[in-house]
Amino acid sequence: MIQVANLHKKFGKTQVLDNLDLEIDGGGIFAILGPNGSGKTTLIKSILGMVIMDKGSISVLGAAIKTNWNYRKEINYLPQIANFPGNLKVRELIKMIVDLRQKPNRADELIELFKLEDFLDKKLTTLSGGTKQKVNIVLSFMFDSPLLILDEPTTGLDPLALINLKKLIQEEKNKGKTILITSHILQFVEEVADEIIYLLEGKIYFKGSLEQLKSKTEQTDIEHAIAAIATQPQHA
Amino acid sequence: MLKILKYSFYDLMRSRWSYVYFIFYLLLGFVLLFLNNDVSKAVITLMNIIIVLVPLIATIFGVMYYYNSKEFTELLLAQPIKRTSIFLGQYLGVSGSLAMSLVLGLGIPFTLYGLLKSNAIWDFSLLLVAGAFLTFIFTALAFNIALSNENKIKGFGYAVLLWLFLAVIYDGIFLISLIIFEEYPLDNFSLVSTMLNPIDLSRTLILLKLDISALLGYTGAVFKKFFGTNFGFFVSMGVLMIWTILPVWRMVHKAKRKDF
Repeated sequence: MIQVANLHKKFGKTQVLDNLDLEIDGGGIFAILGPNGSGKTTLIKSILGMVIMDKGSISVLGAAIKTNWNYRKEINYLPQIANFPGNLKVRELIKMIVDLRQKPNRADELIELFKLEDFLDKKLTTLSGGTKQKVNIVLSFMFDSPLLILDEPTTGLDPLALINLKKLIQEEKNKGKTILITSHILQFVEEVADEIIYLLEGKIYFKGSLEQLKSKTEQTDIEHAIAAIATQPQHA
Repeated sequence: MLKILKYSFYDLMRSRWSYVYFIFYLLLGFVLLFLNNDVSKAVITLMNIIIVLVPLIATIFGVMYYYNSKEFTELLLAQPIKRTSIFLGQYLGVSGSLAMSLVLGLGIPFTLYGLLKSNAIWDFSLLLVAGAFLTFIFTALAFNIALSNENKIKGFGYAVLLWLFLAVIYDGIFLISLIIFEEYPLDNFSLVSTMLNPIDLSRTLILLKLDISALLGYTGAVFKKFFGTNFGFFVSMGVLMIWTILPVWRMVHKAKRKDF
């Protein structure tokens, strides 16, 4: 599904991604974890082509992403910070994205699920952080694409919305899709993720299932396992 | 690209700024015609305003739009759209709506006043063409500056400096060098340095079209000989074209390599 080979990226003098290799085969939920500034978002944005890599190669669904943009048709992306053009109404924003992507969508169903009907005619600047995030989720789940990339999807959500989000993610997984998630909420990760990818200092430190992580670090809960892995000297 | 253009244009058309700009030109046109009572004279006054104001507005507006639509751009970048289309679409949306405000805002009062029957119609059209060129040129320059500067304040600063340089300082340097080197033949030097600044070039083009080049003395005669001919006219238009294409090309080039 996604192949990343010796990916390098520098921002100024900081080496954010350092010779990173990653292979993700189709199907399942992959959680990308790592401390702040470990390069999670940069990795995701490189896959999306928003960040231009210095060296290396990435291919998504068998096609190299360099100079190519069509592959993004097969990706739904949920950005970390829900920043939208402020002077648009929610309805207009959804219409615009539908118009740009020209794919069948299930926006109405999602709007109902997240109870956004009352906000459709409000401008995006007037929405609260949590409501914006719900709009964000609607936008990224409304198309049927084989690859979903969710950057901190839980930010600002109320418990009910969080339950709905988890349900949505499970649904998508059951359809055989590949889902990449970054999150700092380990409880959420533990609940949904099939596999953990742990990034540290621009490299993949660990890749494997939750059980493997726990047995490797000899810890019983994920929080301690994650804390232990960062202090372990050897690579995965 | 057309879709992005549509959304940028639509977005701008709904913002108050485009209307303010449009109404400003509308009022300016009416007031000038009312005060001058003569289309040709109004065109001259108008030229002095347009030559300075259009670049300023285009620069500020371009920088402002780029920074303000950062979120929109980021949203678009994750969609299956070519990068080039995103930036070209936004650029054309901004410059197109500004040029439209200018052309309509001035065109309406002048047409109502009987421009079509007056013999100033070519002068006036040239003025609008020059104004439109200046809009496209300076919006492109502004996008370049904004793309290269993440820091808004810096971006605005450079943009204003650029305008100040081309609208005021360049002329100063030009004049000083004319005085310093007055012993030497300066015809070609003057011609070339006029060509190198789109503001000066537009001004010279219009002035010579208006047949008041006698005011310009010997250099004026040289200019008239050059710009007055069809050859000079096409060369000038060509230079304005280059002034538009180069910044747009650099903008696309820069946008392709930028991280978001």
